[in-house]
Amino acid sequence: MTIAFTLNGSPTELDIDPATPLLWALRDHLNLTGTKYGCGIAACGACTVVVEGQARRSCVTPLEAVSGLKVTTIEGLGGARLHALQQAWIDHQVPQCGYCQSGMLMAALGLLNETPRPTDAQIDAAIDNICRCGTYPRVRAAIQAAALIAAPAIAPAPALATSTRPA
Amino acid sequence: MKRRTFLIAGLTTGAAGAALLVGAGRIVANRVGEPDDLMPLPGTVALNGWVRIGADNIVTVVLSAVEMGQGVSTALPMIVAEELDVPLAQLRIERAGPQRRYGNRAVFGATAWFHPDNENSWLARQLHALGLASGALLGVQITGGSTSVRDSYEPLRMAGASARALLVATAADRWRVAPGECTTLDGYVLYRQKGWRLSYGALAADAARRPVSGDVIPKSAAQRRLVGTAAPRTDIAAKVTGTAQYGADIRLPGMLFAAVRTSPFPGSGLTNVDMAAASAMRGVVRVVTFEAASGCAAGFGAVAQNSWQAQLAVTACKAEWTQPPDGPADTGPLLAGMRVMLEGETGGFVFHERGEGASVLDRSAHVERADYSAPWLAHATMEPMNCTAQWIPAAGGAPARLKLWVPTQVPTFALSTAAKVSGLEKDQIELVITELGGGFGRRLETDYIVPAIAIARAMQPAPVQVQWSREEDMTHDFYRPAAVCRLQASLGEGGRPTGWVTRSISDAITPQFLGRNFPLMSTGSGAMPDRTQAEGLWDQAYEIPNRRCTHVTLKTPVPIGNWRSVGHSHMAFFGESFLDELAHSVNADPFEYRRALLTEHPRHRAVLELAAQKAGWGSALPAGRARGIALHESFGTIVAQVAEVSVDGPRVHVHRVVCAIDCGTVINPGIVAQQVEGSVIFALSACLYGQITFRNGRVEQKNFPDYEMVRLRDAPAIETHIVPSDAPPMGVGEPAVPPLAPAVGNALFTLTGKRLRDLPFRLG
Repeated sequence: MTIAFTLNGSPTELDIDPATPLLWALRDHLNLTGTKYGCGIAACGACTVVVEGQARRSCVTPLEAVSGLKVTTIEGLGGARLHALQQAWIDHQVPQCGYCQSGMLMAALGLLNETPRPTDAQIDAAIDNICRCGTYPRVRAAIQAAALIAAPAIAPAPALATSTRPA
Repeated sequence: MKRRTFLIAGLTTGAAGAALLVGAGRIVANRVGEPDDLMPLPGTVALNGWVRIGADNIVTVVLSAVEMGQGVSTALPMIVAEELDVPLAQLRIERAGPQRRYGNRAVFGATAWFHPDNENSWLARQLHALGLASGALLGVQITGGSTSVRDSYEPLRMAGASARALLVATAADRWRVAPGECTTLDGYVLYRQKGWRLSYGALAADAARRPVSGDVIPKSAAQRRLVGTAAPRTDIAAKVTGTAQYGADIRLPGMLFAAVRTSPFPGSGLTNVDMAAASAMRGVVRVVTFEAASGCAAGFGAVAQNSWQAQLAVTACKAEWTQPPDGPADTGPLLAGMRVMLEGETGGFVFHERGEGASVLDRSAHVERADYSAPWLAHATMEPMNCTAQWIPAAGGAPARLKLWVPTQVPTFALSTAAKVSGLEKDQIELVITELGGGFGRRLETDYIVPAIAIARAMQPAPVQVQWSREEDMTHDFYRPAAVCRLQASLGEGGRPTGWVTRSISDAITPQFLGRNFPLMSTGSGAMPDRTQAEGLWDQAYEIPNRRCTHVTLKTPVPIGNWRSVGHSHMAFFGESFLDELAHSVNADPFEYRRALLTEHPRHRAVLELAAQKAGWGSALPAGRARGIALHESFGTIVAQVAEVSVDGPRVHVHRVVCAIDCGTVINPGIVAQQVEGSVIFALSACLYGQITFRNGRVEQKNFPDYEMVRLRDAPAIETHIVPSDAPPMGVGEPAVPPLAPAVGNALFTLTGKRLRDLPFRLG
């Protein structure tokens, strides 16, 4: 059964078991390896992607659940230029090993889509991704910085989901 | 010779003797190396064993340590860039080849068993040199023990400085001027009087034909412009765009995906596996069994067209396992057995004795005593274990080859494990080191290579990626060993400690680690004194005249390994909490109490004072909050932390952690701060949640809900304050882990009056 959806702005079709988690469809069939496997049970957030503007854990999202929807992965964050979040991540030197950071960035994107100027408490409540290297204080600061830079540009969520970067 | 000084770790002794016999002095002295240490690469010229210069002015630096988030891919090239006067953006990194030159020596030099007060004694210096020499001879590439900068600093700055000297001499010859009149800037040699300049790329080929002449003198601290600055990390752009390639991200044409199950009981085997259901599943290619080796238990893997199918298939297999040889382990009896050994007074190894030793307790009116414990812990790197392998069959007279993509901290051991398991010679095996999605000591093991080699052999010539599930990863770790400890102290005039007597019990990592990697070197008995488990309790700076620190090794069936900061991770909790108890027992301020014990240790005192000052020690706090302080030295670095806490029912909140650190010369203070922050969070997870338990031999924690981690909402504000120093650079990857637990526990005591002596903390 073929599942069609929009991935990072490009129409995409996959003819695989529709129950396949989106994570593995992305990683194993589309070779988009920026989205990571961490736990398989939506407990760590390493696999976070944005579906129709909202952060979703792709390890427990069956491919069929995104049929017809717009999916953004780390590969689609930003286009020709870095996204404000990515720039803030660099400015604050957030990553260490970096493995969880794709999910962390996509969770932050989902948060800013809903709450363009979050308080620290809103960040704490919304981002429960695990980072074993302990980048949390910098993640918090970088989200605040990105929100300040990009609040107007970030507000319309669908525009982000149709980023122009090819998959 | 006293018994505590007669031994250095097992790896060192034999090799060191051999090293002396064959005259390893030359190998030890010359780490800068020769251009032909590097593979020829068109368009580039090597100037020594570490530096390659391209016609395009790109400078390539050889990296002998692996990047696992700790920043070596930025910090180590900075050392070369400084000496060469090249902007960091002009540098590239090349992985070290297998030559012994690139082996880590510092990690072996650090194995001598001396109290830091005595490390400049003649004997200590001899044994340290012997350790370095044996490290030179063994040539083991290992990223661990917080040694990367410590090990590479001298060779890298000498490599940079000697390359610069060659380039300057070449330019001076062309211009017929004295080399001393030339300067270097941003990849050019300059002759300022005439405004002449030549790029390194234009000079490199001629420079490579010159011998290095005269003394090469690296820059003084005052001359440095890059080292000591918070230069941005070079690996971050790839990590915010999803393009950094970890082991699990390898994608190859025709690659198959495998999921594995290994025996749930350490040391037990696979008796039978029913593959029928799995084999009939969509996308499943085959089920392959494998034997135990190098710490990996026996098991089987399902190979499929994608990871999801492989996971479903491996779950559909019905396996029968043999019972473990030592009987199934249970946490309760294991810990009870350890506690029983606290009661004895004999046995064990005395790591440290000074003054009257334990007898001082018998003559003292005021003796304090307490028992502490710490549990087993998993590493839980965010990237679960994985390895990708491809067998290329022998053909046309060419022998079979094996290619491996491995996120590993120990390329040298990974290669020897691959050779052992595959039966191939090392030169038939190609090892590609990927980015590591966390290490923390877990990837010092090579177990996760074993299934990949066996499964890929069965599927050759297709490449196979073996991805462990989180559950496999968590239940097949090499855990931080549990430990229990009895601490006793006698207090004299003014409440000052006059005696410090400790007896700690835990299993020993080194014999297990050697046994997994070098079966012939295994002592088998497990009775070998192992510094890695005793460290942190006997080797601290406090000036207490009478001491006796004994560690007893109790063999358990639990696989154990090196967990970020190793023995220090729990010994600092025991020692620094107990010292706090002593201060409170005489109504002394815990900061002043420690400070008074450091009159002859100015570096330690300065670190302690800086943390206290920056934290506002002694100043008022809002109601319901309290501070705790701890100081600990590990891996040559001294760290003090002040934690500010509150409680909400059973929940502990850590609001702020102020850290002061003296790690000698600092390469990049931004990376130091990152490592301190990461260490605090890593240690806080262990304080609040970390606990691996066993029931009927099985690990009870399977995934993150059972083995919880600190999340963003729990993360304190963390401040890092560095004590300026010109001393040789020491490590920063681990030393900020140990003081966190006691700083938090000490704060909780001040707040609640309840002394927490067992990790993880339970207020209820």
